[in-house]
Amino acid sequence: MWPIYLSVAIQGVLTGLVYGLMALGLSVIFGVVRVVNFAHGEFAVVAMYATYVLFTAFRLDPLLALVPLAALFFFVGYALQAALINPFVGRPEHEQFILLVGVGIIIVNVLLIGFGPDARPVNLSYGFDSYEIGPLLIDKPRVFAAAAAIAVAAALFWFFRRTRTGTAIRACADNLVGAGVIGLNVKRLYALTFGLGLACVGAAGALLVTIADPVPMLGPAYTLIAFIIVIIGGMGSMGGALVGGVLIGVSEALAGFLFAPSMKSMFSFALLIAVLVLRPQGLMGQRP
Amino acid sequence: MSELWRGVDGRGRIVLALVLATLLALPLVADRYVLSVLTLIFYFAYVGQAWNLMMGFAGQLSLGHALYVGLGGYVSALLWLDFGIGPWLGVFAAVAVAAGFGAAIGWLGFRFGIAGVYFALLTIAFAEFTRIGFDHLSFTGGAAGLFLPFEEKRMGEWWNLRGGQLLFYYLALALASCAVLLVALLARSRLGYRWLAVREDEMAARALGIDAFAVKMAAVVISAAMTAVGGVFYAFYYNNLFPSQVFEISRSIELILAPIVGGLGTVFGPVIGAFVLTPLGEVLIAVTARLGVNAPGMKAVFYGVTLIVIVCVMPTGVWPRIAGLLGLGGRTP
Repeated sequence: MWPIYLSVAIQGVLTGLVYGLMALGLSVIFGVVRVVNFAHGEFAVVAMYATYVLFTAFRLDPLLALVPLAALFFFVGYALQAALINPFVGRPEHEQFILLVGVGIIIVNVLLIGFGPDARPVNLSYGFDSYEIGPLLIDKPRVFAAAAAIAVAAALFWFFRRTRTGTAIRACADNLVGAGVIGLNVKRLYALTFGLGLACVGAAGALLVTIADPVPMLGPAYTLIAFIIVIIGGMGSMGGALVGGVLIGVSEALAGFLFAPSMKSMFSFALLIAVLVLRPQGLMGQRP
Repeated sequence: MSELWRGVDGRGRIVLALVLATLLALPLVADRYVLSVLTLIFYFAYVGQAWNLMMGFAGQLSLGHALYVGLGGYVSALLWLDFGIGPWLGVFAAVAVAAGFGAAIGWLGFRFGIAGVYFALLTIAFAEFTRIGFDHLSFTGGAAGLFLPFEEKRMGEWWNLRGGQLLFYYLALALASCAVLLVALLARSRLGYRWLAVREDEMAARALGIDAFAVKMAAVVISAAMTAVGGVFYAFYYNNLFPSQVFEISRSIELILAPIVGGLGTVFGPVIGAFVLTPLGEVLIAVTARLGVNAPGMKAVFYGVTLIVIVCVMPTGVWPRIAGLLGLGGRTP
């Protein structure tokens, strides 16, 4: 029996890494801009539909579609922050919330009007291939997706640690007043950060089509998953987002296997409640 | 109560009396459709008022109020179906259950210092957890839903809330009016002022000796209990309950629109918000139907745009503007 459990758990880890990449975007945005992107999952679903369109129109593999989508979403995020969200920085939390809830509602329903409520699967030629390692069976597309997710996350880590702009953004997160005093253009850096956050979402969305078929109603569900992951991992902690993603991925996979697939998110919510109560700063977050 | 009336200035009294008289007499002239829209408006004004108590006055953002609507609805419907206990008694059980859940969420959140966005997420988590749980509970009908049978012979049994549009129209009007009265009274009570103090600056409030934990708990419990009454109304008005519909997060969002549009932390804000939003939604449905556009998402897109416009242009809501224009408001908060 154990090889089955182990296979399921490994699938969970692979799925969780993609979730983690999506949550990484949320974590970066919150950590720097201090705005909670309540339309996060909705943007991921837009990326999923874009991947579907690219695949059906040009036979573009999702792993390749990831690159243009990440770039496109970077500009979308930059524009959104510059035009709509910057005036809301520092305003009461519920106002930011309402603004982005509005954006999310519009996205879901425009997708609903445009594509209808039915799932639009991306049928990859290698969609049902799997690797056999001893007694373990592991889906090929998920291995690729997880590898791509790690690569994008690594690039983001490198950007924040090694480049001047990345350091400047971290400075804004650490000390906003100080960053202004030494002459950093905070508004521009915020827009850049939101762009980077959405680039993560764009990339994650391209990879998510290997895990689920795009449906408009996935938007709010993914927003919640991203939130749960970020809170479990620790708001603003980049490593925490990936760890939280893996944790949720494994818990979803095992719960779906042992109980019922429709009950899997119940365990995620239970995990969230437990973390909020026992360790509100998250597994890898620092106490404020 | 009489002090409350004295706090309203002359013009306000006239407007208030006129509006109430019109609404009371309206069924004499209005048709079923108009009454059903107004019933919906009162319902949203009522639950919006309940939510406003918690967010607008005590400053605690809940995005899981659908939980209390659903619990209220399910408890009263199950009591009616399984034990024949009517809603006028069942409402007490519904209120108790919802208040218990509210107290549990509040205790978990406030005891462990969870605030703001984190608290909002905790409320979502509980609502979603309950939704999935109800999907799998067999005695509530699970995902297939729970139905209150429509029986011809029971029509007119107002003591069991079995009746036509007129019954629910007056019931909703009574609920909304009582909610306005209750919130107006609470807003001028000691508790109300403590809520405002905690909302504005919790640290300062505690330094003044206000027990912030108790004050916030009171807000959650009262708000949950009020919302549950709305749930009882929902169950007996629509005669069906589906976990995926009553507990959905979009329900929680739908329920907070009216107070946000109308004006958070004001007594009349949720009422005005409901009067603005619900008819606009109806008009939109009618227009799209007339144009032959069959787009189920149009109404929601419109709500989304409304939210963004309101929060950009009038973050304090419509009511303060209207009150200023009409020279109303006086000493009412």
